[in-house]
Amino acid sequence: MPPSLKHTALYDLHRELGARMVPFAGYELPVQYRGIREEHLHTRKHASLFDISHMGRFILMGKNAARALERLVPCRLEDLLPGRQRYTTFLNTHGGIIDDLIVTADGEALILVVNAARKDRDREFIEASIGDDIEIRESAEHSLIALQGPDAAAILGRLNNDCTELRFMQAKTVDILGIPCHVSRSGYTGEDGFEIAVPSTHVEFIARRLLDDERTRTAGLGARDTLRLEAGLCLYGHELNEDISPVEAGLKWIISEVRLATDPGFYGSDVIRRQLSEGTHRQRVGLLVEGRAPVRENTILVNMDGETAGRVTSGTYSPTLEKPIAMACIDSEYTQAGTRLHAIIRNRQHPVTVTKLPFVSRRYYHGPADSDHCIN
Amino acid sequence: MTDMKYSRDHEWVFLDENGNAVIGISDFAQKQLGDIVYIELPETGRQLTQGEEAAVVESVKAASDVKSPLAGKVIEINDILVEQPEVVNSEPESTGWFIKLVPDDPAQMNDLMDSATYAEFIVGQD
Repeated sequence: MPPSLKHTALYDLHRELGARMVPFAGYELPVQYRGIREEHLHTRKHASLFDISHMGRFILMGKNAARALERLVPCRLEDLLPGRQRYTTFLNTHGGIIDDLIVTADGEALILVVNAARKDRDREFIEASIGDDIEIRESAEHSLIALQGPDAAAILGRLNNDCTELRFMQAKTVDILGIPCHVSRSGYTGEDGFEIAVPSTHVEFIARRLLDDERTRTAGLGARDTLRLEAGLCLYGHELNEDISPVEAGLKWIISEVRLATDPGFYGSDVIRRQLSEGTHRQRVGLLVEGRAPVRENTILVNMDGETAGRVTSGTYSPTLEKPIAMACIDSEYTQAGTRLHAIIRNRQHPVTVTKLPFVSRRYYHGPADSDHCIN
Repeated sequence: MTDMKYSRDHEWVFLDENGNAVIGISDFAQKQLGDIVYIELPETGRQLTQGEEAAVVESVKAASDVKSPLAGKVIEINDILVEQPEVVNSEPESTGWFIKLVPDDPAQMNDLMDSATYAEFIVGQD
């Protein structure tokens, strides 16, 4: 393990629980505790606790921070009500994705949660693009944990029932066992659940109390990846990068028509507008794999004539479906669900079928069953 | 039948009563790999050199090569692993064997570690 790797505030707890630690985005983090398959299936059935403290958390302060930040993203932010969250991307002038992030309106401030490996690039981009009257700082005093799974609301509700009133993509500050925490109903598994910013001095205390509930187990980066892939969620550096636009990445829904129609637009808006009217040469799709061989990232896909059709961006074995699944970036002529292609694995052709995403239905909480209230 | 010997790449091998080499991966290796979901075995009749990639093991997370600790010709593969690769997790050093081969030179067994040496070799590797 390189000596320069950073530790999160939960490092000692991970070791105590027998985690296998790996380097990830400059941190030493748990890839698994007991086994990826078990951790994955437990998350789908009950609830799992994830340490996601490696993620960047920026606070933007200043009058008109939302308007200033809109220049950097394809969605609206000025209309974001306090306590609401929105998923978006930072775009470069070619419409390529610099990072994907979640923006939360918190009173006068905006909270940005970004990818660990993109923190420095993001900060540089934000500082170069918004005025001096907006203050940006990294919230280094907080750790981030996620509690994900169908039992998450019942478990967290025991510590503070206010949390259970939050709907998907809503957030608020609540006291948990006397500790002020910023809780959002969000996550990266496709399940109902929460992401919780806790003062680092108390994160181990809160984590242990959550683990005291017999329904909660720990889960590592391995399960986090298989869960997000089943849910059809993008991972930066795999489905997303600076040469891929939100249109190509299957994220058209994050692009605001109002923003497209309004001057001065946003970085890359000309490219995005053109892609929306003319279409793109390639698209993100899901792949169902025949047979048992997992199809990994960068595997080449060919059509029935052996001509290159695209490339796999993420691939794994799905513990829920008990077969291999993958996401790929392929030429637009092959994106129709049901299209058959071949994956070239160790010089052999393995049949795959283009399929709609997600592989496993997302189960977010949008409010009581009798409510027709809709957010976002 | 000889005692089990181990390679630095975490394969095990012993010579059965007919002098054929039975090869698999160690318990340490299966623990490192985690949940095994797919195994690609060589075709019978294939000639392998010592250290040559003979099989591929895929866990949930990644693919790894299995190298042949001895040179020889493959005479049998363990078909169970095609449908039940998880056997390598549960019984890595018995039912979960990979291949059987006729060794070109049984003296290559001397290049490998005995179980006590291997037990020391893996300390601190995880």
